[in-house]
Amino acid sequence: MLSLSPRGTASGFWRYAAPVLALALTALTTGALFAAMGRPALLTVTTFLITPLLATGGLEALLVKAAPLVMMGVGLSIAYRANVWNIGAEGQYIFGALAAGGLALALPAAPGWVIVPLLIAAGLVGGAGYALIVAWLRTRFNANEILTSLMLAYVAQYLLVYLVTGPWRDPEGFGFPQTALFSDAAGGPRLIEGSNLHLGLIFAPLIALAAWVMLGRSVLGFQFRVMGQAPRAARFAGFDENRLIWLAMAISGGLAGLAGMFEVTGNQGQLTINLGPGYGFTAIIVGFLGRLHPLGVIPAGLLLALTYLGGDAAQMNLGLSSAITGIFQGILLFCLLGSDVLISHRLQWKRRP
Amino acid sequence: MTALLVSVIASATPLLLAALGALLVEKVAVLNLGVEGMMLVGAIAGFAVAHETGNLPLALAAAIGAGMVMALLFAVLTLTLRANQTATGLALTIFGRGFSALVGAGYVGIAAPTLPRIAIPGLSDLPFVGPILFGHDPLVYVALAMVGAVAWFLYRTHAGLILRAIGDQHDAAHVLGYKVIRIRYLTVLFGGAMAGLAGAYMSLSYTPLWTQDMIAGRGWVALALVTFAAWRPFWLMIGAWLFGGIMYLSLYMQALGVPVPTALLSALPYLGTILVLVLISRDRRRIRLHRPAMLGRPFSAGG
Repeated sequence: MLSLSPRGTASGFWRYAAPVLALALTALTTGALFAAMGRPALLTVTTFLITPLLATGGLEALLVKAAPLVMMGVGLSIAYRANVWNIGAEGQYIFGALAAGGLALALPAAPGWVIVPLLIAAGLVGGAGYALIVAWLRTRFNANEILTSLMLAYVAQYLLVYLVTGPWRDPEGFGFPQTALFSDAAGGPRLIEGSNLHLGLIFAPLIALAAWVMLGRSVLGFQFRVMGQAPRAARFAGFDENRLIWLAMAISGGLAGLAGMFEVTGNQGQLTINLGPGYGFTAIIVGFLGRLHPLGVIPAGLLLALTYLGGDAAQMNLGLSSAITGIFQGILLFCLLGSDVLISHRLQWKRRP
Repeated sequence: MTALLVSVIASATPLLLAALGALLVEKVAVLNLGVEGMMLVGAIAGFAVAHETGNLPLALAAAIGAGMVMALLFAVLTLTLRANQTATGLALTIFGRGFSALVGAGYVGIAAPTLPRIAIPGLSDLPFVGPILFGHDPLVYVALAMVGAVAWFLYRTHAGLILRAIGDQHDAAHVLGYKVIRIRYLTVLFGGAMAGLAGAYMSLSYTPLWTQDMIAGRGWVALALVTFAAWRPFWLMIGAWLFGGIMYLSLYMQALGVPVPTALLSALPYLGTILVLVLISRDRRRIRLHRPAMLGRPFSAGG
């Protein structure tokens, strides 16, 4: 029978092969799921994963969706490496968007070179500020950050609904729950004239690079990693645990806020009650799929962005609910977590004794 | 006043059911953050079966079964394949959200039979206490009975002792010959069953309709309640009523037309959860005293 036996040292090969195996398993599992639902399995999987890329504007849509996922995925990777479980990135994303959106509405006439840096700062501060509530609750009151960050994500969503249906609602918007459109300057420059490609697409890979250098080459990055892998060693080494928790929350929250800011100013152009398809939760999968490595997050973010486009394509071409995006993402994370056992264990065929 | 207490007990019931399951699972030192996902899948399974067959016992069985299948998925990954429990629990919630939305797409806005309220002859007619205590649907009583049952099991039975021993020191329990992994499997399945039942209460009694994401964070509140109760069943009941009260209050104030925007009142239960967690967690010693020592740590017989 098949059995698992521990390896002496972690397998470097499987650390990077596991995501590939997981993707293959996910395609098989979802194919089987569709077959069970009476759908042509192969067609559905190809419609989901390949059709969106071939469509006109497919690549552009992919990059626009990947940008927030990569930014947030990088931030979460840093926090998770430090054993700080920020799972409320969705709330920090909303807060970054609110801070930037409020500023853009308040300064409709500001020229681009003034407003764009201000918006970037607002996004960072909004997201980081909201995340620091979680850090404060954890370090001051010992409150579990998983639960508090998630609860604050719900609170942020309700605050958004309040602002967009109440004080910030566009008086000329026929009662729709949305703000006025931001100025063109607030949208920032386009990377290609006439496209939807906003500044965030340059920021995302640069942030990933910077985070890679920070984690691998700086004292702070070293402290994060030690605190995650050997908390006792970190304490004996005299690392300030509370300071690291605050920094990990500020970085992951700030990047989530930045993602929210680019999404609303660069892509949507106004605030509505729905700021995105749950990027904050998907970014958790992006982090794990990218091996909590800032550079690994880039391909992972592109893949998860594809699952959103795939959901839309499946809805349009096959009449399936776009909810299959969530199913695909969930199965992908399951398969990945399952495949990861091969990093530390060997699969062996043993005869029954 | 009567209506208020009846509503509070009703909104406390799904929290109590799910939290009782989570409590036992955490007692055996497994942290399953997928309660929200299991509740969603239980809610749609119960609703769909009730709508298709009209058979409520069958619907409840389906909800329990669906919760257990989800829990099994979690158990295979974390207990057999030793995957990270936090990440797997999150995956369970993400998957449950997507799966329930896909299955539920065809059930939005239609009706299903709801759980009947059971009037207990004589008792239900008592003034004041009658309607508060004796006019509910069966799951309310199941939840209350389970509080006693879980407490009795944990503290008065040999099996409960073994379960707590595994939670506090799995290596020692293993050396004594107890099947750590098998017992954890069974407990996780029990947690899934309770979460599924809690979901069914939501879709068949509390708001007898299917809407996407209808659990609205109750699974997470249930997990917070377990910490609030410091892993003790009777405190869990108090906590669930407290939260039922806060949830009811936010709805009641909206109905009264209190001059605070609806959206902000809706955020009240989530802020309440944070407040309660803070009040409880600040006493580090108390948490350390009650927290199962091995919580979240994987076990392998090989060491």
